[in-house]
Formats: sequence, C-alpha cells, structure tokens
Amino acid sequence: MKSLTKFMDSFGAILLAIIWIAPLLFAFWAATHSTSDAVNLNLFSPWTLDNFRVAWNGAPWLMYFVNTFTLVTVILAGQFILTTLAGFAFAQLQFPGKDYVFILVLMQLFILPEVLIVENYAMVSRLGLFDTILGVGMPYMASAFGIFLMRQAFKGVPIELHEAARIEGCSWFGILWRVYVPLAKPTYLAYALVSVSTHWNNFLWPLIVTNSPETRPLTVGLSIFGAPENGVDISVISAATMMSVAPLLIGFLVFQRQFVQSFLRVGIK
Amino acid sequence: MSAHANLERRRQAIYGWLLLSPAAILLTVFAFYPTIATLWSSMFSRGTRRNPTEFIGAENYADLFADPTFWLVVRNNLFYAGITIPVSIGIALAMALWANSKISARGFVRTAYFTPTVLPMIAAANLWLFFYTPGLGVLDQIGSLFGLPSVNWLGQPETALWAIIIVTIWKEAGFFMIFYLAALQTIPEDLKEAADIEGTSRWTYTRRIVLPLLMPTTLFIAVNAMINSVKLIDHLFILTKGGPSDASKLILYYIWEMAFAFFDAPHAAAMTMLVIAVLGLVAAVQFLYLDKRTHYQ
Repeated sequence: MKSLTKFMDSFGAILLAIIWIAPLLFAFWAATHSTSDAVNLNLFSPWTLDNFRVAWNGAPWLMYFVNTFTLVTVILAGQFILTTLAGFAFAQLQFPGKDYVFILVLMQLFILPEVLIVENYAMVSRLGLFDTILGVGMPYMASAFGIFLMRQAFKGVPIELHEAARIEGCSWFGILWRVYVPLAKPTYLAYALVSVSTHWNNFLWPLIVTNSPETRPLTVGLSIFGAPENGVDISVISAATMMSVAPLLIGFLVFQRQFVQSFLRVGIK
Repeated sequence: MSAHANLERRRQAIYGWLLLSPAAILLTVFAFYPTIATLWSSMFSRGTRRNPTEFIGAENYADLFADPTFWLVVRNNLFYAGITIPVSIGIALAMALWANSKISARGFVRTAYFTPTVLPMIAAANLWLFFYTPGLGVLDQIGSLFGLPSVNWLGQPETALWAIIIVTIWKEAGFFMIFYLAALQTIPEDLKEAADIEGTSRWTYTRRIVLPLLMPTTLFIAVNAMINSVKLIDHLFILTKGGPSDASKLILYYIWEMAFAFFDAPHAAAMTMLVIAVLGLVAAVQFLYLDKRTHYQ
C-alpha cells in the first residue's frame, strides 16, 4: 500500500514535470528540424541547424543582445547605488521626516511602473531620453522594493561594528562602504539575479520607449521578428526564441540553487 | 555636550537627506509625479487641432462607464484573475508537496517546474504559438490522432481567453511553488511523526496541519498573483492582440492600445486611475485586514 502511494506520487510529479517542460522541448525540437518535419512531427527526421542560420540572418540579434546586456547592467548599477544610499539612510540614520518619506516609498510598491506607461512615456520624452537605453532603464532604478530590501539587510548589521568603525575614525561613507556593503553581499547577489532576470524579460515598457534597432532589447526584437505579418515559419521562430532565451536559461540551469534561493530571499522579506 | 549632540543630529539630518535625494528624485519623477499627472490629464478632453484640450471633470470616466468594450475588458480581466489566481496557487501547492516529498527524479521535477519562470513572456508566447496554431499546432496534431476536428484556439472568442490563461498559469505556477517549498521546509518533522503515531491519514495531515501552517504563504502568493493578473499581458501581443472581437483583451493591454494605437491619452489616463485605485484597495485590505486574520507561527 505504502509503495503504491509512493509510486503514484512519483508518477504524478513526473507527469506534471513532463507537461510543464513540453513546450520548451517541442520548441527545441522544432528549432533543430526542418519546418515540414516539425509540423508533421516526424520523430525520426534528421537534425539541422539551418533554422538558426536563417533566424540569425533575419534580424540584428547581436545588437539586440548587446542592448539587453547594456540595459540590465545600467539598471542594476543604478539600482545598487540608489537603493544602497537610501536603504542606509532609512536603516541607520535618524532625521526628521524619515518615517513619512518611508511611507511614500512603500506606496510606490503598489503603483506598478507598468501601469504608469502613458505619463512615464511623456516624462521620458520630455527629458530627451526617448529611444535611449537610459530611458528604458531609468524608471526602474529607484526601486522602492530594492530600498526596502536594503533597509532590511542593513538593519541586521550589529550596531557594535558600526560603533567600532566610528571610533576608529571612519567617515559615514567609509562605514557604509567598509562595514555595511560587505555584510549585505548575499542580499546584493539575490537582488541582482532577480533584477537581471526581470529586466532581461521585460517587454511592454521597452516596446513603448524604443524605436530603433540600436536601442531595442531582445524581447522587443523577438516580438517584431515573430510577428505574423513577417510570415516567418514556426521552426525559424522557435530557433529565434531558443537563441534569445539561451543565456538566461543556461545561467539558470548552471546556478539553479542560487536562482531559487535568490527569488526566495527577495520574495519573503 | 548638548551642543555636540545637536551638531551630530544636524549632521545626521543633512547626511540622511543627501543619501535619500537621488532615489527621492527618481521616485518623484517616475512614480509620484506621473500618478498625479495621470489624475490631472484624466480630467481633460483630448485635444484636436480645432478643439484645444479643456477641463471636463469626470466626463472621461463617464465615457468609460458607458463604453461596452470597457466593461467587456473588465469582465475579461476579472475572469482572467478568477481563474489564474486559484488554479496557479493550487498547482503551485501540488508542485511543492511533490517536490518536497521523497520521490524519484526530484531534481528533474523541481527544475522542470521552475524553468518557465526564467523565460520572457514573449518567448513563452512563441512556444505556445506552436501548440495553438490551427492545422499545424501540436494540439491539433494530437487531436487529429483521435479524429478530432481542427480547432482555431486563438481565433475564436470562446477559447482565446482560455488560451491566454493557460500560458499565464504555466508561467507563474513554478514561481509560486518555491515559496511553498520554503514554507514546507520550516514545518517541524515531529508534527508528521506525531500524526503518524496517531494513525492520521495523509489527507487529514495535509488538510488539518500543513494547509493552516501554509496560510501566510498562501496570502503572500495570492497578492502576487493578483498583481500578476494586472501586469502579465505581454503574451497578448504575440498570441491574440486582444482579439477576436476583444474576447481576450485585458485592461493593461487596453490602456496601451488606447494611448499608443488610438492616441487617446485622456481615456487611457482615466483607466489608469481606476487600476491604481483597485491596486490601492488591494494593498489596503492586505495591510489592514488579512494580515491580522492569518495564522502566524
């Protein structure tokens, strides 16, 4: 009886796992076979890399990759600087008005940047940042969520270390840089993984703000490449899709543990 | 001494505001100001060459409430939320219970569940396009093995929204699973042992012990799923573009279309304000009401 339930458990779990991974496997299979073989599900047809060649020549992918890479780097750098400074101020400094400002920051948590697309678009245009990578990244830099996360991390630092550094004559900035930042390393790592995978995958805002191949990230490039008007066949779309998810997917499979831990650490505060 | 303390306090205030200012400026420019500007522009008419914009109060809102498409989109979004939230929570829970039990191939199972989370929504939509395409798609191929007729899943109003919903559930269930997984690992082993000694069935143990202990996690996930039901709309751009005849159109997509395809910013602004109001209400309920009613260890 007991072994039967155990068998049923394994069976159900693996069945669901296969269903869950099937779309990805099908796309991989379609990408590596000719269109007619993919469409007719000829399981024993020969493998080919032609689809990748066609897809790669069909759009400036290298540029898209560079754009996405630049975008996530710019956002992450901005987020690290801004959330570190603000998080430190909220966690360790006493000054009038602090609590009110913190409530304002928390309010931003439920005003999603996605919802404010119309006015943010007007703002980015006003600042002359339309169709620039900085324009895509800027609304995400002062992340209320990141500030909250850093504040929690800095609050956990023992005050004795802070006092000791101050007695040694360390400046405020020195204390932040030499005591707090090194101790919050796991939080930075977790935040970085979540931020990079969020912005690597972001679509709606970059779609609105970019207008040329020189700024367009992968997701927007992929959506244009796969648009039905372009009449690209399904194997080639699959190849393009596999190409654009490959870096993140491989990174995930290699560092799976860190990814899951990071999402957890950032999710449950 | 008091002069020194005073000086120190003043210095802290200056440092504090200096450190905050970069974040405060950006938050003002990209969150607070736009929110107010949205409210403001939602009360003005759309300017044309002949009629400049003018203050019209709540007229844009009245237009929306009189617009059948708006109500259809609201209904779609409620349906979208009503299905995706409970179903992805249920699947996430099942995934977590399985991924936490001693089954074979546990590593593979966990990876398979979580993988969709790291894919962009656009890529997910492309993968599912391969399933849904009439005639060529995998679903039709499987159906034809059993002699079923070809179905245009994305092209008919009855199934288009369902097709969208399935992609969303596929994308978010694995993400929610990891929160359950973490919570399951904090449940002490002795509870299971005690239940075994008492001869409790596995079902009773899950229902009476595990599920109540998972309540705070469920609440956290439910709020996230609710937010997702507003913001996860990228796949609409690939799969249906809101069609056919608006059957799969969701609010955020409609806002985008209103503003960037029909160039009707005032109505888009009015709709944005309604979404912000709903999100604010969810946040308020979460803070004031639900937090007190869940059982914390």
